[in-house]
Amino acid sequence: MFWTNTKRILRSGFVSFFRNGFVSLAAVLVMTITLFAIGSLLFSGALLEKSLNELKDKVDVNVYFLTTAPEDDILAFKTVLEGLPEVKEVTYTSREEALVIFRARHEDDQLTLQALDELDENPLGASLSIKAKETSQYEGIANFLEGDDALSIVETPIIEKVNFFQNKAAIDKLTEIISSSEQSNLLKTILLIIVSILITFNTIRLAIYDSREEIKLMKLVGASNWYVQGPFIVTGIMYGVISAVVALALFYPVTLWFGPVFYPFNFFSTIESTSLLIYYSNNFSEIFIAVFGTGIVLGALSSYLAVKKYLKV
Amino acid sequence: MIYFDRVSKVYKDDSIALDDVSLSIEPKEFISIVGHSGAGKTTLLRMLLVEDRPSSGSVFFESTDIHQLSKFELTNFRRRIGTVFQDFRLLPRKTAFENIAFAMEVAGRSDEEIESDVPHVLNLVDLGDKMWNFPHELSGGEKQRVAIARAIVNQPDVVIADEPTGMLDPINTYDIVQILKKINELGTTVILTTHNKGVIDSLGKRVVTLDRGRVIRDDKRGRYVL
Repeated sequence: MFWTNTKRILRSGFVSFFRNGFVSLAAVLVMTITLFAIGSLLFSGALLEKSLNELKDKVDVNVYFLTTAPEDDILAFKTVLEGLPEVKEVTYTSREEALVIFRARHEDDQLTLQALDELDENPLGASLSIKAKETSQYEGIANFLEGDDALSIVETPIIEKVNFFQNKAAIDKLTEIISSSEQSNLLKTILLIIVSILITFNTIRLAIYDSREEIKLMKLVGASNWYVQGPFIVTGIMYGVISAVVALALFYPVTLWFGPVFYPFNFFSTIESTSLLIYYSNNFSEIFIAVFGTGIVLGALSSYLAVKKYLKV
Repeated sequence: MIYFDRVSKVYKDDSIALDDVSLSIEPKEFISIVGHSGAGKTTLLRMLLVEDRPSSGSVFFESTDIHQLSKFELTNFRRRIGTVFQDFRLLPRKTAFENIAFAMEVAGRSDEEIESDVPHVLNLVDLGDKMWNFPHELSGGEKQRVAIARAIVNQPDVVIADEPTGMLDPINTYDIVQILKKINELGTTVILTTHNKGVIDSLGKRVVTLDRGRVIRDDKRGRYVL
């Protein structure tokens, strides 16, 4: 009996989706817009995060050492820095590497290169480039570098300068921008999702309001609650599935055409990461699950709640 | 079989729909309930279908107080009653066949039974050729015949007909009454409410007259007297 009923409910929900063609079309349209909005928020959230991460990645603190500093001391210093909880990574640039980089950077500038050749020895000191896990942590690292703890690692001072203090204003500003844009993005996402869910819920409620007399009658004929609700929930799920397919299909042309335009910081990054389409195809399974899941849950739950109201007969 | 025990219904605005009504209905009886509009006929039937609850008193069906039934028991109880309404109340988005099939589905009947019984009962009400029409494609009389077919398809113990001829012309009215009589002859209790004097007088069955929520007459072979 269970299977017979399940089969009947599925068939009834399916048939009523097509018989109420116009209502179904309206519900699918509204739900497509909702799912599209939710999907777009996923995209813009991911893009913002990616852009911010790239920006964060540009930030580091460099410690320049005296030319006389022994390499062992610098490496010991590096080990200590790597032990700090705030530090993500420390890159060591030796004096020779610094020279190679300097030459490469000034390869068109013969004057500078000639001046460099005039010198007997390499004028550049070694350096450590430190990346923190969060931009807000740079100040702490810089203070550590300036403080007594850092100096006590080796006997003679070896640090020439720490460039954090020149860049402090810029780093502070960036920290502020990042945290505020992360917060506002989260807030906008939540708000938009709530609004679109309410709109979808209301549309389905109106569609079912139209059937309130039928629901009452079904109850009077002796149908159990779930036998009445079942077909409506099936129809709701169909709204969700079809809307999800439409929304996912729409993302293709949209990400292809508008990808570079939507990307706010695309001058920072490489060609690959500017393409929204590539982000879409790389993360298709997550986006698919999110959009499909939202559609199905939203359709089923809205129908369930809307019918429930008329079942008290 | 059915017993209304001192049932009263007072609505929130203090209007009295039923006032201390006691009434007993025997199995296989054909009982007509008459009265002016607002006399309480429909309210009485609503009590029997548990669409509404009495303010005081009880309604018994085979010695069970139907207003004490659980949700599940109530669903089962309703399957033993077939109902016909003045405004037909068919499911508008289901065909005549599906409307009747729905009543069988909720009663847990198999697909084979539905395939054989629905055409049979539609032929009984002379609608075999309109099986796949939607309600909006049927005339008033045809709709009411579909509703009767739906009410009797599960072979209920009781058929309640609440002014079933109220929206029909005399010929359709006659047809519907003949069908109800036939159902009763086959052993089903029929409870009919109507305004139609001609119908009551031609039936020659028990007539209960309500006025302002009270039973004022109860005649074994009654006529329409108001």
